[in-house]
Amino acid sequence: MINKKLLIIIPCYNEQDNVLLLYEQLNKLQINNCSITPLFINDYSSDNTRLTLEQIGAKFLDNPINLGIGGTVQLGFMYAFENGFDYAVQMDGDGQHPPAELHKLILPLMDNDGDVIIGSRFIDKEGFQSSALRRFGIDFFSGLNKFLVGISIKDSTSGFRAYNRKAIFELINYYPDEYPEPEAIVYLVHKGLKIKEVSVLMSERVAGVSSIRRFSSVYYMIKVTLNTFFLHLKMKANG
Amino acid sequence: MDKIQIIAIIAVLFFIGLIARFIMKGKLRTEYSIIWILMGVIFLVFSIWRQSLDLLAKFFGVYYAPALVFMFFFFMIFIFLIHLSVVNSKQHEQIKKLAQEIALLKEKISEKK
Repeated sequence: MINKKLLIIIPCYNEQDNVLLLYEQLNKLQINNCSITPLFINDYSSDNTRLTLEQIGAKFLDNPINLGIGGTVQLGFMYAFENGFDYAVQMDGDGQHPPAELHKLILPLMDNDGDVIIGSRFIDKEGFQSSALRRFGIDFFSGLNKFLVGISIKDSTSGFRAYNRKAIFELINYYPDEYPEPEAIVYLVHKGLKIKEVSVLMSERVAGVSSIRRFSSVYYMIKVTLNTFFLHLKMKANG
Repeated sequence: MDKIQIIAIIAVLFFIGLIARFIMKGKLRTEYSIIWILMGVIFLVFSIWRQSLDLLAKFFGVYYAPALVFMFFFFMIFIFLIHLSVVNSKQHEQIKKLAQEIALLKEKISEKK
């Protein structure tokens, strides 16, 4: 069997209390025929995230300014592509995405079941299911995606995703800045990539407050909707 | 020449001078100054040749001549603000790209140490 290289991209904004546990869990992780490299990306945290990463000896990138979740994850894709990784996984640095679930995303990729594998909470409806308001937002973007590109991804805002090299290449060219997940689905479909949703368990944040994704506001709903809509029009116009 | 005309001409010349100074000092890029110089020149023409505004208003069929001035400048400023938003968005993308490259380079350097 050929050995494949997998990069795990973990964007961190003020996650000093979460990175150590995650680092230890990821180091224990093993997937057949796959070498695993966790890459933390410190998005200009104001706490001691950077120092903690240095002390535990984790491989990490250090943003010179705050890029937000989109620019940070995209940086991970750039790193993966430049360094010849076959697959990349993005997962939150706050403990919401358990490393033990990671193989569920990677195995379909290795079997060529899709170019993009999205971890979903809502297929088997197990684990942390999020609040009603968030659910409304997630369903709304699911509906929007279905309406625009005819693909039904239930957990449209899930940030627990795995990509093959083909998908990584496309994401280097375009990835939205803030709240990028629903819009990225539309982009990837237009690029002709095959997206598959698989069931995973998610938990609530372990420690700290969620500041890298804020989803409470109407502003984000409107912004993402507009972004997605215009992206769709643009990509349709360009063929 | 009326008093107000003289005041207007002095004010416009001062305005053009200010823009020129900014360009020479490198505080304002020429591409962003063109619209301001153009506005200054138009102001100057109207200040020196007072009847021009009435003639123009008559030509366009505008009853109240100053309304034409307001409309024109409102329109110009509107276009320029959109232009600034476009410039801003472009810079946003460029800064993001630079920051990403810097983060990658920082990692490469620390690898070599």
